[in-house]
Amino acid sequence: MDSSQLYGIASIAYILAMVAYISYLAFKNSTLGVIATTITAVGFVSHTLAFFLRWKEFYDIEQMGILRATPLTNLYESLIFFVWCLILGYLIIEWKYKNRSFGAFVTPIAGMALAFIDISGMSKGIQPLVPALQSNWLLAHVTMSFLSYAAFAISFATALMYLIVTTDDKKSGAYIFWTVALGTFMSVLIAMGLDFLTFKIAVKTPEAFIQSYLFKASYRSSSGAVVLISYIASAVFIFLIWKYGFILKKMITSFSISEDMLDDLTYKNIAIGFPIFTLGGLIFGAIWADQAWGKYWSWDPKETWSLITWFVYAFYLHARFLRGWRGSKIAMVAVIGFVCTVFTYLGVNLLLSGLHSYGGQ
Amino acid sequence: MSDNKRNQSIVDRIWNFFSSITLAVVVFTVISLTSIVGTIIEQQAEPERSIKLLSKMFGDAAPGVYKVLDALGFTNMYHSWWFFALLFIFAANLVICSLDRLPKIWKLVKEPIKPLNPEQFNVMPIKREAQLKAGPDEVKGTVEAALKKIGYRPLTRREDGSIQIYAEKGRHSRLGVYIVHFSILVILIGAVIGMLFGFNGSLNLLEGTTSSAAYQGNGTAYPLGFEIRCDDFEVSFYDNSDAPKAYKSWLTIIDNGKEVIKKEIDVNNPLKYKGITFYQASYGFSPNKDSLFRFAVMSNAGVVQNIQIKFGESFEIPGTKIVGKVAGFSPALGQDETGRLFTYAEMMNNPAALVEFTEGGKLKYKQWILKRYPQTWKVQDGTVEFKDLWGAQYTGLQVRKDPGVWIVYLGSILMALGLFAAFFMSHSRVWIKLSDEKKTAKVSVAASTNKNKISFEQKIDKFIKTVTG
Ligand code: HEM
Repeated sequence: MDSSQLYGIASIAYILAMVAYISYLAFKNSTLGVIATTITAVGFVSHTLAFFLRWKEFYDIEQMGILRATPLTNLYESLIFFVWCLILGYLIIEWKYKNRSFGAFVTPIAGMALAFIDISGMSKGIQPLVPALQSNWLLAHVTMSFLSYAAFAISFATALMYLIVTTDDKKSGAYIFWTVALGTFMSVLIAMGLDFLTFKIAVKTPEAFIQSYLFKASYRSSSGAVVLISYIASAVFIFLIWKYGFILKKMITSFSISEDMLDDLTYKNIAIGFPIFTLGGLIFGAIWADQAWGKYWSWDPKETWSLITWFVYAFYLHARFLRGWRGSKIAMVAVIGFVCTVFTYLGVNLLLSGLHSYGGQ
Repeated sequence: MSDNKRNQSIVDRIWNFFSSITLAVVVFTVISLTSIVGTIIEQQAEPERSIKLLSKMFGDAAPGVYKVLDALGFTNMYHSWWFFALLFIFAANLVICSLDRLPKIWKLVKEPIKPLNPEQFNVMPIKREAQLKAGPDEVKGTVEAALKKIGYRPLTRREDGSIQIYAEKGRHSRLGVYIVHFSILVILIGAVIGMLFGFNGSLNLLEGTTSSAAYQGNGTAYPLGFEIRCDDFEVSFYDNSDAPKAYKSWLTIIDNGKEVIKKEIDVNNPLKYKGITFYQASYGFSPNKDSLFRFAVMSNAGVVQNIQIKFGESFEIPGTKIVGKVAGFSPALGQDETGRLFTYAEMMNNPAALVEFTEGGKLKYKQWILKRYPQTWKVQDGTVEFKDLWGAQYTGLQVRKDPGVWIVYLGSILMALGLFAAFFMSHSRVWIKLSDEKKTAKVSVAASTNKNKISFEQKIDKFIKTVTG
């Protein structure tokens, strides 16, 4: 068995787990919960094996030493590693807090990353390292960045749950904020699922493996009607979440999760993610840039966006010290922080590199 | 509150303004939002490019929008006066806020733990009690040993009828946050020094040439104070592919006419001399009539000779009458499906020389010799190893002088240490009162921590278990 098959098993397991966790949240059937955890654990074991197997495969090809062959060198491998950290973090929390309801919020993030891998047409092959990437600083930079992204992802999930649990005034800013955030998140996830079904399963074209199909079945379809319908559907979906948000609140509160616990989990994950991100993401990144290009900071969009992300989380940490900034306000900052994180990682490559010519680097 | 405000002097008001976290939060927001604009509008770009981009968003108004943005400094915002002003406010905020809180924290950090009086004891956030069948003095030893085991250094005080044992851990971690804030200042100072006294430029050096200056983006020369020569440049590739494996330059520093350093550099491995660093940044191909083909020619009888010739010049296969001449060259020779040869890149990805062999002035045969493919070196009358086309490539060096960089590194180390202390260490304190109660000892525990209360409570419970056995 090779690493890509094991990754395949892990991906399928996580997607199934996502469905199982969401059903568990909805129906509160404890068998479903056990099934969800089991599938996740199986996926995680397979994922871990795949990671080391790929390491070995890379090592055999690269012939440059064991460290140089760490499979963390391109978008595909780093996203896979992100999912691994995320699931690991989730399993630890599930085990420590003996509560499975978080799963319904964390596994969709993993599902989104996996769907993105499959439809954005990124290369999954093992590529030889170009000279600039042959650096231990870069390795430490990438590893730690993704570790912190995973912590931020979990804080995003718990912050959203916090907002769901604490707000019920349909006219309040916080309520509108989370319904729009959750609605957008789910719409994007569903749109990616549609892309996957349309282009990967229904119409299997040979180009399907190299071309980007992101949102081609919905927001970016070649048919204007489909685009229009997609946007209307998303708007309706967000409206429904806004209208029936209290049901979600009921579901979550029935799992004996307290507001304080969610707030504390959000803070803890940011308190772990922030120092790791500062050291690995910003400092090690700067050292690598310094060694490779002779400039530790050059204000390119990627660097600038990671600085913005850093400021947002600094904002979060400091706002906790301000009276009046407790509770839902800073939970919103945590949600925005993760949106910035995603943008730093994907948005800069996808959107800004389309505007400019940064893509190459 | 408002009365208070009226009585404040101007200095106090400025101080209060700059020492507030609210200002910090505002500055975080403003820097973030303006930076976003800076990532959308390409910085220091040609106006036409930016206008083209803006017209996607603003249509015909684009040139006007560009003018406004340009006047506001958004086309080179990270060097604009207002961005520096923002960073300055940020720094001032940081300094004054830290100074404002430092005395309180300093007192806390300098003052070691003291025993508690009964009222204080009762209001501590964590409280536990236990009974032990032994006298307080016997229990004292057990308690102290158990505390030492989990990393505390206990102190004791005897009071009438009871003993108080107290200890703390991680008092200095309270300084962590301040170290983080201070480190940001250190980094900013390092960056400013680099900007004021440093230099950032580039230098393209053709193999075999020497330069005593580097060049800034706008073409101004910057004298190095010594000379640098490129002896050779080489790109190596992964087997049978055009994926580059390494870029290497062989450089020599010449100071006062003497060769002082010879070093091979590659990406991630620069050369440093007299505060100036040379990084392998790029390379280029610029062949000329002085470029030299370097061959190692061997006759079928095994006689070897190294040869350097220019394009169009001839050489002899040693010990024979066969004369070779380079008649064609391609930096990147490829073959299409029909077998036709063509040049597929403008860099020396796959250098190939077409060599014509003549005997007595008559063309005998000709052959493409590829540097990267030894199987093409064998010709009818011997072997022609294509070693290099020298003097045709230039190395692109990034040249930097930054006297502030070590300060930035120092700040980074401080920041790492400070963050570690701030997030992964805590200041915890325990007080244990042992009192005599009819042949049993009553153990009362009070404790506090500044972080992670839940896991600390678990630790205290575990501690009590070890004491009670
Ligand atoms: C991006 C820059 C900054 C970073 C990375 C930073 C970092 C931190 C961190 C990590 C903490 C600890 C938070 C926690 O334990 O949850 C903290 C606390 C704090 N920061 Fe900052 N900070 C920054 C800028 C500022 C500025 C400009 C001010 C000025 C008002 C400030 C004032 C404070 C205060 C008052 C605290 C609370 C300290 C305490 O616990 O006694 N920070 N900061």
